[in-house]
Amino acid sequence: MKDWFRYYWRLLWRPSVHISLGILVLGGFIAGIIFWGGFNTAMEYTNTEKFCVSCHEMRDNVFEELKQTVHYNNRSGVRATCSDCHVPHDWTHKIGRKMEASKEVWGWVFGTINTPEKFEAKRRELAEREWQRLEANDSLECRNCHEFDSMDFTRQSPRAVEAHSTALAGEEATCIDCHKGIAHELPDMSGVHNR
Amino acid sequence: MKSFIASIVILVTAVLGMAVASEISDPPRPEGVRGAAFSETPEAPPIAGVTERRGRMERNYPEQPPVIPHKVEGYQLDKRFNRCLDCHSRNASPESGAPMVSVTHFMDRDKQVLAAVSPDRYFCTQCHVPQTDAEPLVENQFRTVDEVLRDLADQRKQ
Repeated sequence: MKDWFRYYWRLLWRPSVHISLGILVLGGFIAGIIFWGGFNTAMEYTNTEKFCVSCHEMRDNVFEELKQTVHYNNRSGVRATCSDCHVPHDWTHKIGRKMEASKEVWGWVFGTINTPEKFEAKRRELAEREWQRLEANDSLECRNCHEFDSMDFTRQSPRAVEAHSTALAGEEATCIDCHKGIAHELPDMSGVHNR
Repeated sequence: MKSFIASIVILVTAVLGMAVASEISDPPRPEGVRGAAFSETPEAPPIAGVTERRGRMERNYPEQPPVIPHKVEGYQLDKRFNRCLDCHSRNASPESGAPMVSVTHFMDRDKQVLAAVSPDRYFCTQCHVPQTDAEPLVENQFRTVDEVLRDLADQRKQ
């Protein structure tokens, strides 16, 4: 074991005998491009709706519910898909979220929510996790499209104006505090304070 | 041999019968309310628009469930959550400004008052409906209780 380690250590740190420095640098450069490009392509692919609904857990439960809502089906044809709300857009947080998603792969492998009954039993827990995430990041994924500064209060209903001009403007509340269940059905809400 | 002839006769009758049946597949057209025969698929009428919010509407008779003066499309109304009660519940109504769900809805069928809305009154849209600008398919001959009383009074005078 020790010899094996020593052998590879020497191999890595000894100057190369047969390959020129140029090949090594160029080869490393090209390999870097391929790796980085492939990494980003794979990252983009896992952000597509097609990828998300390739699992029946997503396709039969949450995606069916999304289809009924205004975020998927509306007159102007603007559509928010899974990753628009569930994956941060900037790189650092995106990578963080992708690492968290490895837990979801675990769930998929072991069938944590692979029947409607199991999904129903977990619905509150899953919803709470998303509420917490959006509370913590000040509803960042909502605000990617819905900008507070661009809201025309004169075109909102009186009740909406009151809430938006006080609690939201004063940063006492964030979107998700009131707008729960806008893209999926709500779980059993007993005990949840919905403002 | 006899059974062979019999089976031929049955076969021929069946084929002839099918030919006749296919000729009369389109039944005489009864003028339905949407004006199409049974075998036709009429074009769906456009989805009626929900009338704009204009406050509470008058009831046509005392027991009428009040109609809903706003859109309820996509409202979740199931065992898990009741979107209507999000505003119309006892606790929410002062803040939301929506009328509180009537006290009769807290009674079970034995008129026993419960702490929350009774399960048999939970599904709001069984009785309460929003109004649309759809053209009525048949003429509405409903007369309000006031009209009926006025007519009765007129009859007595004569």
